[in-house]
Amino acid sequence: MPENSHESVASHTVPHGPEADRPTFWTRTRRRIGEPVVEACIRLSGLAVVAFVFLIFLFLLKDSLSLFREYPLGQFLFGTQWLPISDPPQFGVVPLLLGSLYVTAWAILICVPLGVGSAMFISEVAPKHLKNVLKSLIEILASIPSVVLGFLGIIWLAPVLRNTFGLSTGMCGLTGSLLLAFMALPTIISISEDALTGVPRTYREAAYGLGATRWQTLWRIVLPSASSGILAAVMLGIGRVVGETMVVLMVTGNAPVMPRSILQPLRTLTATIAGEMGETVGGSEHYFALFAVGLVLFAITFAINFVADLFLRRARK
Amino acid sequence: MEPEAKIETVDLNLHYGAFHALTDVNIRIPARNVTAIIGPSGCGKSTLLRCFNRMNDLVEHTQVQGRIVIDGEDILAPTTDLIALRRKVGMVFQRPNVFALSIYNNLKFGLRIHGMLSRADQIRETVRQGLEQVGLWDDLKDRLGLNAQSLTLEQQQRLCIARVLILRPDVILLDEPCSALDPIATLRVEELLRVLRQEYTLIIVTHNMQQAARVADFTGFMYLGRLIEFDDTQKIFTNPGQQLTEDYIRGSFG
Repeated sequence: MPENSHESVASHTVPHGPEADRPTFWTRTRRRIGEPVVEACIRLSGLAVVAFVFLIFLFLLKDSLSLFREYPLGQFLFGTQWLPISDPPQFGVVPLLLGSLYVTAWAILICVPLGVGSAMFISEVAPKHLKNVLKSLIEILASIPSVVLGFLGIIWLAPVLRNTFGLSTGMCGLTGSLLLAFMALPTIISISEDALTGVPRTYREAAYGLGATRWQTLWRIVLPSASSGILAAVMLGIGRVVGETMVVLMVTGNAPVMPRSILQPLRTLTATIAGEMGETVGGSEHYFALFAVGLVLFAITFAINFVADLFLRRARK
Repeated sequence: MEPEAKIETVDLNLHYGAFHALTDVNIRIPARNVTAIIGPSGCGKSTLLRCFNRMNDLVEHTQVQGRIVIDGEDILAPTTDLIALRRKVGMVFQRPNVFALSIYNNLKFGLRIHGMLSRADQIRETVRQGLEQVGLWDDLKDRLGLNAQSLTLEQQQRLCIARVLILRPDVILLDEPCSALDPIATLRVEELLRVLRQEYTLIIVTHNMQQAARVADFTGFMYLGRLIEFDDTQKIFTNPGQQLTEDYIRGSFG
């Protein structure tokens, strides 16, 4: 094989004899023009992505800053009331921020142990055929549209929770958390599983050779070695949960009030934007306030992804 | 020739799936000596070594028949306590396989899983002794918190030996322990082995014949899954009993 490729390189650079495969006119033109054109296209698409991100950010910034011409920044950031259509309107982002925080924290509390546990099972315990079945099932899990999950939440999970906890309504934070946990699971499982599988075989051999049990090997050697990858998985899971909109819009009850418990209706940043954008007048204060909420959301997800990236980079080293 | 046999195999056969890796191996390995097992790649010498602490159990579809007796006990018996066996028969691998932990925690791991010591000062003392035995203490005593993977390969391999030593094993299996090391480091590790032979039964697999000649008291030659010859190292290298051994030693094949 290597000899062949060597020959083909040689035939391009050193024409042997006068008639020996001379490049035709078209070949030459293609080389002279084609290469730079392809290169330019690729360069353009690369730059376009950068430009899009930057423009989105600018757009978001411009419209949200418009809010603060009329509405004080402090009152937006620290206000505890979100009453966009009362007079005068209140645009305190704290209840929404707390709503997102509650729902996210509980979702993470539920899905991290479950996700890391399944990853451990898949990479360390499950026999090969079961491993393959589980991995494809998890991919299918990832492909369930969130609106379908929201639907299941409304007709099944919410009534179950209402009866279990004796609530006045099942449309509450916990319903959202459970569904979001479910949505973050595939991300957490597959990335953690990669991290665990990536731990060199030699570590396991060394541990078993010293007389460690499977559990000791897993807990004390494999898990710590995979920790950066697992942390990255968790951060990406959080990113997914914070940004998710449809499910929380459908099942968390949409009450933009200061949440005191996960069992009461609340509203997240994302659900607020999605729920209210249709009712606002373009260019109004309310409209700009929703952009400001979007900016807060953007800042949070950006920070989370940034941290996840740091961990992933450390994991690859 | 025989002092007491520390390890003895009787008609040992091993299959990896359909592959017959060991055929009727009968070997008597004497205590407190260095025994080398030599032979060309794929002859089954590592497989034999890994039988002695049952590391082959980790490979799927492995079947073992026969008996492996260590100190009078058949370790292939289903009642064998693998954890105790692997403490008693320690193993050093081809590539230094230190954990991505600190030097100190690399050593502490073994003590901890065997519940050998619980007080912090005892652990520290044992760690010190272990590092002294392998000649690392003076270099590393102020850097025990350092990640073990930042050490040189020789230091890592010494640390792996220390990790085994502090568990107070009887037997130490070494699977080509110097193949990742440079010649100078190799010589220094061999020196260490010569010191250790006074207290431990060492079995070293190597395809470096000079190494076997330098460090081993006894040498076994394996070929295609069979133990062809086992004798004094001196005799194997100067006056082997089998034509095959002689051909291999002279470098006619392998």
